Amino acid sequence: MYTFLLSKIEVGSHLYINFSETAHLHGETIFVSSFVISLITLFLILATRDLKKVPDTLQNFLEVIYELVKSIALTQMGPSYYSQFLPFVATIFLFVLGSNWAGALIPWKLIEIPEGELAAPTNDINTTACLAILTSITYFTAGFKIKGIGYFARYIKPSVFLLPINIIEDFTKPLSLNFRLFGNIVADELTVSVLCSLVPILIPVPIMVLGLFASSIQALIFSTLAAAYIGEVIE
Amino acid sequence: MVDSLVAAASVIAAAVAVGFAGIGPGIGQGNAAGQAVEGIARQPEAEGKIRGTLLLSFAFMEALTIYGLVVALSLLFANPFVG
Repeated sequence: MYTFLLSKIEVGSHLYINFSETAHLHGETIFVSSFVISLITLFLILATRDLKKVPDTLQNFLEVIYELVKSIALTQMGPSYYSQFLPFVATIFLFVLGSNWAGALIPWKLIEIPEGELAAPTNDINTTACLAILTSITYFTAGFKIKGIGYFARYIKPSVFLLPINIIEDFTKPLSLNFRLFGNIVADELTVSVLCSLVPILIPVPIMVLGLFASSIQALIFSTLAAAYIGEVIE
Repeated sequence: MVDSLVAAASVIAAAVAVGFAGIGPGIGQGNAAGQAVEGIARQPEAEGKIRGTLLLSFAFMEALTIYGLVVALSLLFANPFVG
């Protein structure tokens, strides 16, 4: 296979764990995402272990996050339904934020693996595709659960001529969610690694800070859009 | 021979994809930022709300450039026409 490698930057090389001829796992993505999940779980358990009327440090921090996620869900879905879908939105928000920041804040470069490199799990397109497909499944299920068979009336609104466009929209929604998150994270990491290969010290730091900011915004956007899609269906 | 032709075309296509994808969102972000500054100047107490909405809409516009970037990256690193 012909590749163009300038300055040893590679995109799309993974540590494959093979099961059979056709099935394999991306080892580094699995490892980092399970690390992120266990970190978030540990934080949530520690923060909710003994709840107090007057919150102390950890519980205080958790309450700030809860207020943020609740405001996202509430503004997109309205007061009568938001509590059903709050866990989904909060999970997406915490996982995306955790994995974006885990890729940037933890010095994974110190751990050598045979192929590929430990990095944010969201820079593997399979992770973001999985999150996007989960969002699609959730809004389909939400529509069926709340509206029953009348859910399909959505496809011929505001007129029958828009039926194909409404069907196409069901495919473009997860696609755009997927590419938005993936592209942003990959672009950020590519910028940092190109700058690092040019000037290895001090110069990439502002870009890294910008990347931290951008990836937190991406987490906010992903969860806002997921909530908006659900809210659009159940209205 | 064919491979080097495809390689050259892919590199140019990647540059064109990312370059042209930058134009539209650039104009859009400029417009949005200008309007936001105008809004803050007229109503300084609404700054927090305006900033939040501005950042959110910036991220949406940036996504369009990112689509171009994804195309460019797949041409450069995961080219379907080579090999």
